[in-house]
Amino acid sequence: MIALAGVYHPGSSALHRCPAGIKLFVLCVVGTTAMIVGSLPVLGAGIVLLAVGYAIARIEPRAIWRLSRALLVVVAIIAVIQALVSGLTAALVLAARLLLLVGAANLLTLTTPTSALIDVIERVLGPLRRFGVDPGQVGIAVALTLRFIPVIATQAARIREAQAARGVRSYRSFLLPLVISTVRMADGVGEALTVRGFQAGGARHG
Amino acid sequence: MADRHPRTTAKDVALIALFAAFICVLGLTPRIALPFLPTPFTIQTLGVLLAGGVLGAHRGAWATALFLVLVAVGLPVLPGGVGGIGMLAGPTAGFLWTYPAGAWVTGMLVERWWRKLSWLRGFVAAVAGSVAVYPLGHAWIAVTTGMSATTASWSWVVYLPGDLIKSALAASVIVTMKRAYPLLDPPPAPTAPASRNEPRPAGGAKAAP
Repeated sequence: MIALAGVYHPGSSALHRCPAGIKLFVLCVVGTTAMIVGSLPVLGAGIVLLAVGYAIARIEPRAIWRLSRALLVVVAIIAVIQALVSGLTAALVLAARLLLLVGAANLLTLTTPTSALIDVIERVLGPLRRFGVDPGQVGIAVALTLRFIPVIATQAARIREAQAARGVRSYRSFLLPLVISTVRMADGVGEALTVRGFQAGGARHG
Repeated sequence: MADRHPRTTAKDVALIALFAAFICVLGLTPRIALPFLPTPFTIQTLGVLLAGGVLGAHRGAWATALFLVLVAVGLPVLPGGVGGIGMLAGPTAGFLWTYPAGAWVTGMLVERWWRKLSWLRGFVAAVAGSVAVYPLGHAWIAVTTGMSATTASWSWVVYLPGDLIKSALAASVIVTMKRAYPLLDPPPAPTAPASRNEPRPAGGAKAAP
C-alpha cells in the first residue's frame, strides 16, 4: 500500500557507480565551501557543475522537481525578503548557496542506493564504539525500522478507518492506539531478537 | 545476563527501531487540517515528543536519531514524502538536527516526574522538549538565510501555537501510556519515603530493586 522505495533513482552512470563514501566526502567539501564563499561567480560555477552532474546521472526533471519543489518555494520567499532588506546581490548569493547545497545533497541521494549509505554510516560509526555506540546494533535497528514502517502505516490506516466508521475525528483516539500497538509489536520483536541470539551491547548475528 | 550497567537490551533496540518507524509513519499520514490553525500542521514532531515521553530520555533520543539517519539515507519519510541529506541542509534543518535533544528533554522531565506525573507535568515536559529545538533551529535559519539572528529568533511565533497544541496532545498520550503500558522504571527504590523530594537523575541504574 505504502511503497517506501526511497528517493534513490536507479541508473548506471559514472555518478551511480562512484562509491558512496567518496560522494559523501565531496558533498561535505562542497557544502562547507558553499557556506564560506560569498562570491556570486564561484557559486554560479558550482551550480553549473551541479547541473552537469545531474545531466551525467540522467535524472529526469520530474524526479528533481518532486524532491526540491518545497525548497524552491522557501528559497524564493527568502530571496525576495533578502532582496528588499539587503539588496539584490545578497539575495542572489543566498539563493545560489541554498540551491547548491541542497541540490548537491539531493544529487547524492538520487544516485546512491539506501543500502550503500547505511553501509557508510556503519563504517563511520566504527570509531564511536568506545562511546558505547555499536555499529552492528545501529544496522539492526535501521533494518527493523525499515521493516516496520509499512506495518505501522497499515495499522495507522486501520485505526483511521475504524475512527471513520464510528464518526470519530480526534487526534488522541488515533495516536493512543497507534502508540500502544507500536509498543506491543516492540515487545514481540524484542523477544524474537533475544531468542535469535541478539546480545545486549553485543555483536550482530545472522 | 542482566548486567547492572544501563546497557541496551534487545527490547530497547526494538522499541527504538519501532518508534523511529512510528515517527516516519506520522510523517506519511495525511495532515488533518485543524480549523483554528492556518500554518501547515505536521504531527511528526508529536512523534518526537512521544518518543521522549513514552520511551524515556535515552531511548527517545536514540529513536529520533535513528529517524534522522533514515532521512539522511534518502527515505521519503519527511512530510510531503521527501527525504535525503538535502533535507538536513535546508533552512529549517536546524530543527531536525535537534529532534534528539527535544526528545531527550521531554523524556528526562517525564522520568524525573514519573511517580507524580500529571497531565500538566506532561504538558510542561512536552513544551520544554518542543522549545529545546528552537535555539539551533533559529540559528540555522539565520546562517542559511543571512537573516539577522534577532529576526530569525522571531520565527518562534510561527511555531509556538502548533507546539502548544501538540504538547497538550502528547501530554495526554504520555499520561495514559504511563497507566496503561508503563515503559519506564520507577526511580531507584531505596528512597522509599515519599517525603524525599530531591530529584534524582533518573537516567541511570536500571537495576532491579
